[in-house]
Amino acid sequence: MSQTKAKSSVGIVEPQSAYFDEPLLLACGRELAGYELVYECYGQLNAEASNAVLICHALSGNHHAAGYHSEDDRKPGWWDAYIGPGKPIDTERFFVVCLNNLGGCHGSTGPTSINPDTGKPWGPDFPPLRVRDWVHSQKRLAERLGITCWAAVIGGSLGGMQAMRWALEYPDMLQHCVVIASAMKLSAQNIAFNEIARHAIQSDPDFADGHYLEQDSVPAQGLGLARMVGHITYLSDDAMAQKFGRDLRRGTLDQGDENSVEFQVQSYLRYQGSQFSNRFDANTYILMTRALDYFDLAREYGDDPVEAFRRAKCSFLVISFSTDWRFSPQRSREIVDALIAADRPVSYCEIEAHEGHDAFLLPLPRYMEVFDAYMQRVGVSD
Amino acid sequence: MRLDLTHIQRWIAPGSKVLDLGCGNGVFLRQLQDTRNVRGMGLEIDPANISAAIGRGLNIVEQNMDLGLDNFPDQSFDTVVMAHALQVVHYPDRVLDEMLRIGREGVVTFPNFGHWRCRIYLAFRGRMPVSKFMPHSWYDTPNIHFCTVTDFEALCRDKGIRILDREMVGNTQRRPLLARLWPNLFALTAVYRITR
Repeated sequence: MSQTKAKSSVGIVEPQSAYFDEPLLLACGRELAGYELVYECYGQLNAEASNAVLICHALSGNHHAAGYHSEDDRKPGWWDAYIGPGKPIDTERFFVVCLNNLGGCHGSTGPTSINPDTGKPWGPDFPPLRVRDWVHSQKRLAERLGITCWAAVIGGSLGGMQAMRWALEYPDMLQHCVVIASAMKLSAQNIAFNEIARHAIQSDPDFADGHYLEQDSVPAQGLGLARMVGHITYLSDDAMAQKFGRDLRRGTLDQGDENSVEFQVQSYLRYQGSQFSNRFDANTYILMTRALDYFDLAREYGDDPVEAFRRAKCSFLVISFSTDWRFSPQRSREIVDALIAADRPVSYCEIEAHEGHDAFLLPLPRYMEVFDAYMQRVGVSD
Repeated sequence: MRLDLTHIQRWIAPGSKVLDLGCGNGVFLRQLQDTRNVRGMGLEIDPANISAAIGRGLNIVEQNMDLGLDNFPDQSFDTVVMAHALQVVHYPDRVLDEMLRIGREGVVTFPNFGHWRCRIYLAFRGRMPVSKFMPHSWYDTPNIHFCTVTDFEALCRDKGIRILDREMVGNTQRRPLLARLWPNLFALTAVYRITR
């Protein structure tokens, strides 16, 4: 961390990596002999190691949550609005850790890594992962960093699922759990959208049954289409209307003109799709969407979320956004109601926002205020 | 602190579990936690109040009690408090039922519409009373269900709600003698401890 790119930014950050040679038994029954996790840290760990905060990323996220990788970096990390000096996750108080999850495609061991048994990329043979596998690997990273208890584990969307799983798997290892725009399990509609995404990827001829890396190809078309579908579910009808309306990028709808037109929203989606297929791995996308589909917080607790949350010992903050239809406020209220019935400390806010699911990434005043207000108590021992 | 809240505080057992319906900015719940060591939770719908209350280290759930409280299990709190909110809810009678389903005891405070000033205002001006105490005009007031001390006690009788304690807050700070003798005429705020 050398220079500061902007005020209230963590500045230039450098990813680090940790290799684990102790085998990890996965939920699917297979074992991963060894693996690497890439992560970033912001702020200083205090002498008691009591100020550490874990950030869990969502479907397409990675370890680069805040700051810049170089002076020329155009965009900061994906949650830079919330992580930094004086921000809700205040790096002057907290030691913030964010990693690329196992199975990811930004440096941690995943489908693009070489399978030591074959000498070829894992590709589709990489073991399927569940949210709990991420939590178990994150715990090992905590131990490596000398952290025995997180001041808070925080995540939005799929990241919120990891945070909740932490509260059940390692109840003594976190004091606060912040769950943003998340759910205890996916709905049939959620799974259906994920299936369209997977189908788009798998039916791209360049996918080659997942062995595209060996054939030096990329299922860009399929991955782009998957992202387009996903992207629609991240935005609200309102947000799309405001952002694009029916504006035309090219052509005219005048009578007597038979050329087709291009709406702004079309070109936006295509751009999102093609950008994504350049930076993301198709097998990872399939793996991550399956982890989402399979997640069910209370499955092993007799399908009773109240019973599940009785294991938790931490305090919870739950946040939802009014126009989020991917993980609607109703999904968050189910979490809150289960916590109330389990007699666990919980705060809940439903933020009025027109941005849909994407709102959890954006700097919205009330969201910022509530998050910041809650974080004031984190790290303060009661 | 508001006098009705001083009374409530005396009725809260140390270490008990308290739900505060319409907890505002959380000052009172914070005080209960600090002085009575209660385990508290507050319900609120105003964004600024929610942030302020969360900033005080409290557990606050954004929830509109007009839409129901059925997410709270039976008898899951020792005391459910509702200070100065009875008159703003859509169905005060149902909220009272819910308070006593969720809590072993309920504590309710409300402005007494039977106060002599209200009566004189209405009798002589022929208009809905507006005062420092009830500053809203009839058309833009959040207070949609005013009642008097006598009305409230009649409702409790009808619903089989037992009144364990009551305190009246009058004009005079220390010894609200008149308010105690003739509460329906002299109490500005009525404070009740109820159960089933």
